[in-house]
Amino acid sequence: MGLDIRTPIGLMFAIVGALMTIASFFLNTEIYHRSLGINVNFWWGIVMFIFGITMFFFGKRDSSTVKPTAESAEGLKIEAEEHRSGVEVDTKNENE
Amino acid sequence: MLIYFVFVLGIGFALKRYMKTSTDFFLSGRSIPAWITGLAFISANLGAQEVIGMGASGAKYGIATSHFYWIGAIPAMVFVGIFMMPFYYGSKARSVPEYLKLRFDEKTRGFNAISFAAMTVFSSGVSLYAVGLLLGSLLGWDFNFSILVAAVIVLVYVFLGGLTSAIYNEVLQFFLIVFGFLPLVFLGLRDAGGWSGLQVRLATVATSNGFAPGAWSESWRFMGDPSSNPMGVEWFGLAMGLGFVLSFGYWCTDFLVVQRAMAADSMSAARRTPLIAAIPKMFFPFLVILPGMIAIALTHQAGQSGFALPAKPDGSLNYDMAIPLMLGHYFPTGMLGVGLTALIASFMSGMAGNVTAFNTVWTYDIYQSYIKRGASDQHYLWMGRMATVFGIIASVAAAYVATRFNNIMDMLQLVFAFVNAPLFATFLLGMFWKRSTGHGAFLGLLSGTLAAAIHHGLTLPKGAFVGIKGGWFGHLHTYPSEMAQNFWTAIFAWTTCFIVTIVISLLTKPREQEELRGLVYSLTEKPSEQHLLWYKRPVTLAAVVLFLTLLLNIIFW
Repeated sequence: MGLDIRTPIGLMFAIVGALMTIASFFLNTEIYHRSLGINVNFWWGIVMFIFGITMFFFGKRDSSTVKPTAESAEGLKIEAEEHRSGVEVDTKNENE
Repeated sequence: MLIYFVFVLGIGFALKRYMKTSTDFFLSGRSIPAWITGLAFISANLGAQEVIGMGASGAKYGIATSHFYWIGAIPAMVFVGIFMMPFYYGSKARSVPEYLKLRFDEKTRGFNAISFAAMTVFSSGVSLYAVGLLLGSLLGWDFNFSILVAAVIVLVYVFLGGLTSAIYNEVLQFFLIVFGFLPLVFLGLRDAGGWSGLQVRLATVATSNGFAPGAWSESWRFMGDPSSNPMGVEWFGLAMGLGFVLSFGYWCTDFLVVQRAMAADSMSAARRTPLIAAIPKMFFPFLVILPGMIAIALTHQAGQSGFALPAKPDGSLNYDMAIPLMLGHYFPTGMLGVGLTALIASFMSGMAGNVTAFNTVWTYDIYQSYIKRGASDQHYLWMGRMATVFGIIASVAAAYVATRFNNIMDMLQLVFAFVNAPLFATFLLGMFWKRSTGHGAFLGLLSGTLAAAIHHGLTLPKGAFVGIKGGWFGHLHTYPSEMAQNFWTAIFAWTTCFIVTIVISLLTKPREQEELRGLVYSLTEKPSEQHLLWYKRPVTLAAVVLFLTLLLNIIFW
């Protein structure tokens, strides 16, 4: 349950990295004059792709996800405090 | 760039179904692991003034800009993690102003909540303004259109997913910024002939500006006298004004960053948040300041390098363009897209950080306290969403106001000096001196802000005219630079607040000790961290961070 942030980050970097690497084969090499003759698209694309895959893998493997207030100990304490001090009325019923 | 926008919005939609209560929306249900809050902690601060401003200062002042990190931010982050977080997190306050209410009284909180809300709207407007300017100058987009696109994207993801969505996106933006800027630093340094090559080039920059050859590449050596370094400050003003007052004021009391730590899932995670953040933070000078330094070195040999910073209408160099132009200079099609997206991401994270802080302070500290108390949780959740919409609209308005002022960084420093600098004295006394009282805190804050305004009104930086730069009360003293003036304004504000708070506190009736349990250092049990693995203990982390920072200071002395 929940969304692990590493999954979307991994996915995004993997896609962008792959696109850059692939694009580097089709782009005119003259544009690398700017980057001191280094094919940054190719190399940095690969780096980003590897980073993305690693993040994605860890995101899937173990889960460190955000829990809704109702399931987190610290979140429940805050809700209890709000009701005790009277800044908020009970909402349990409205949620159901 | 399109892929990035899709993911940003996707995260907002994916988190929407978890936003059931106001605590979910404003505090992420207090359930986020430390490494995520840690990265969000620095990313929220990584807005326009950070990336563009630090790049600009790198070009203008050289490596001395790193003082903002190595004497400023890092020690303050260690302090907030070790000493202050137990009170923020442990007191069950939901915001920084709410802590002030628990510790002192209603009026202190109201003063802080209102000034803070105004400040967040202003900073988020500056970020938005920078987006408009950047997209306009680099991609030829229309200013109004760029502002609208950025504002709507931030609005959608904060509106849907609240703080969780903002934090998740900040982590994404953090990685994007690192990956977008690293190749720039690599290519720039390679072009300049490495660090030693850059030093040689910067020596000519320094001598042609009338300084010793190392003034741009050695951070401490020329701090003995304001006239021998480009910042125009001396070590005492630097260490006290920037290092102590301004940095501690910002990192320890600004709800924008503290809110991230408050979303952590346990006390020790909350304490580790700023410490984890400090580790990448200490290497950020290489990412944002170095490109600025390379830019000024290249500009001085414009004939060979083919790169030059543009001049402003008055003839001085437009330093704010250093980073955007460097991206365009070194990055080919493809990589350039990533670099620009990183830049836009940094502006959006800065803006979203301000908007989430604004909607929380508005809803909890202004709306729930003074306008409508005791309503249902759903009502406050709804109010939070409305505050998000309102905050964004106000930021857009602020962005148009910002078009009238040209130096973003100096302007913001001024606001921080007025409002934030005295605030740190209030917190310091509130947390560590149980005798301090609500009346003392309130009058201290008020007189501190007043002292800042009077000091600013009586002094002028060298070569400036009376007006926004100061001197509107008369002209008593001239500082060698605007930065020196700002640092000293902060020192005066802090000292005034510190003394006034103590005097008034001693004259007024203290609160019962029992009421202050958990709010003051001497009356609070120290959190025990013995059960944690050694590398997870905040104190161990803090020692490592401080040692590394000291090392960096010595290397670039």
